[in-house]
Amino acid sequence: MSSREKILATCTANKPALVDLPQLSDEHLTHYDDKLAQFKLVLEGIGGKVVALENIEQVKEEIAAHKQSGEFVVDTVFNIDDALKTQTSFDLERVDRAYLKATLGVAENGSVWLYEAQMGNRLLPFICQHLFIVLDKATLVDNMYQAYQKLQVQETGFGVFIAGPSKTADIEQSLVIGAHGARSLTVYLV
Amino acid sequence: MSNLKTLDHAAAAEIFIKDEARTDWHDDTLWFVRQKRDKAVHGIAEWEQLREWASQIKNHTLSNLDNYLTAFEKQAEANGIKIHWAADALEHNQLMHKILKDNNISRIVKSKSMLTEECHLNDYLKKQGIEVVDTDLGERIVQLRDEAPSHIVLPAIHLKKQDVSETFHEHLHTEEGNNDPQYLTEAARQHLRNHFIQSELAITGVNFAIAETGGFVVCTNEGNADMGAHTAKIHVACMGIEKIIPKAEHLGVFLRLLARSATGQPITTYSSHFQKPRPGQEMHIIIVDNGRTKQLGRADFRNSLKCIRCAACFNTCPVYRRSGGHSYHTAVAGPIGSILNPNLDMKANADLPFASTLCGSCSNVCPVKIDIHEQLWKWRQVIVEEGYVKPEKKMAMKGMAWLFSNPKVYRWAGKSGRWFLRTMPFLGNNKLNVWYKQREMPEAPKQSFHDWYQQNKNK
Repeated sequence: MSSREKILATCTANKPALVDLPQLSDEHLTHYDDKLAQFKLVLEGIGGKVVALENIEQVKEEIAAHKQSGEFVVDTVFNIDDALKTQTSFDLERVDRAYLKATLGVAENGSVWLYEAQMGNRLLPFICQHLFIVLDKATLVDNMYQAYQKLQVQETGFGVFIAGPSKTADIEQSLVIGAHGARSLTVYLV
Repeated sequence: MSNLKTLDHAAAAEIFIKDEARTDWHDDTLWFVRQKRDKAVHGIAEWEQLREWASQIKNHTLSNLDNYLTAFEKQAEANGIKIHWAADALEHNQLMHKILKDNNISRIVKSKSMLTEECHLNDYLKKQGIEVVDTDLGERIVQLRDEAPSHIVLPAIHLKKQDVSETFHEHLHTEEGNNDPQYLTEAARQHLRNHFIQSELAITGVNFAIAETGGFVVCTNEGNADMGAHTAKIHVACMGIEKIIPKAEHLGVFLRLLARSATGQPITTYSSHFQKPRPGQEMHIIIVDNGRTKQLGRADFRNSLKCIRCAACFNTCPVYRRSGGHSYHTAVAGPIGSILNPNLDMKANADLPFASTLCGSCSNVCPVKIDIHEQLWKWRQVIVEEGYVKPEKKMAMKGMAWLFSNPKVYRWAGKSGRWFLRTMPFLGNNKLNVWYKQREMPEAPKQSFHDWYQQNKNK
């Protein structure tokens, strides 16, 4: 008998009688009067920055200005370059700033969701030095239950919730921002 | 490294607590994490509802585990992921070694995976001449020191920044005596970036595997799992069979519980949902049993398989906080480890269920409602029955049982004990009495509660 068969057969023999799966519902969960205020409060509490913009043109101008000054900027908000898909860690490790658009934001924990298509390259949101996310305020949901109702995680090869910059407290519980991923996260609300 | 047990928990803890200042610091540091957890939990009105759902989802999953595993396998394969099955730690390590050999891999990065610690993968591969670079900061620190992690979420929690500074000075050539965590973390970032960028194969753990979609979720704060997995041409994820959950919507329960219970964060920085390999990449999942199906068959202990490895039970445990993770001589220490490890090797881990005061704090903070302290108590009975306790302890236990079941003898023993402690305190305050170690014996009252009650009940 293969290990697969052995494991499955022992599971079948040893599992307890079937018990029901609970029915989840949003009814029991906290809803916020002001999702935007909650999102901002939580995200700033975990080291992220939240900036409300008048219009998205401001992001365009900022990207142009940083490119002008010689920084390596990757923008997938306005234009996804096909070449990005095939770029490797050796190319992307030099990225100073990456601009990406998120699908939705979660008020309860300050996270944003990105599908692979929004990243252009899976590695980009992690390997860049500074990460900038554009988020439509109207996409904010109260909690993770609502987030999963809206998302189709199986429709993408890879997707991620990102909440704040990369961090660690592995040395004496001292919080340090900028472990292996982005050193900062800014969410632009439009 | 960690698989060699040299001392039992009590003996190892005795060495740990010799440094009183350091023991207090360890205790306070973990209590600080527990307090952060409390603060995060109290901010969520529906916390108890979430715990109840999580517990029910896990109970349901365990009761249908075979079907969920095959559903997961089928869906993952349809997504282009290769599935392997390992009956035990050795087979897991051999499967990993084969993937490495078949692809002629030498540059390997690994993010935190308690399963690979449980299987002692690094040691196994080292013996084959293959080096794995651990990339979680805490794990890298202990790896450079040739130590095992002392905590499943905070692997280097037993170390002070001076220790880390010395280790980094030796291995990464940082400035001698620079103990600034910011500086040390930056040095590790630069050092590990080189490893990430050149990595050929990335090993990760799995926090949740979704039967319905065939995908899996990995949670980190540092971003190290993603840095490796999205760089390397091969990604191997290792999971125990109990990591399965039925549907993606259930993540909406577990992701709310996990980080709040672990560190008091609302969610980890990255909750990465892997569904398919990227174009040109190979993705493998090794599904491991290693005693889990056996535990599933133990009615009293099966719900230990509900564990999501948050370590809340570690941080709250008065024994863990004052004895340190290494005293448990196993990959998963703390209260949950003490109910998982006797299943793997009852004889080697017979001491662990006794490393508890049975105060029940572990069960109270558990986000999936595992009755940890009750299982500790039940393991003690199994272990005594199977003959795995020291003869002295067995005799003492038998004596106690006889004493407590004979009220007259019990009262006489209490009376004489009190008399001895009052008139001849040296009989209690000496090295032969284990209760005298690290503490003074209490002053004995003149009267027992029983006598006091008899005197006062009619007043």
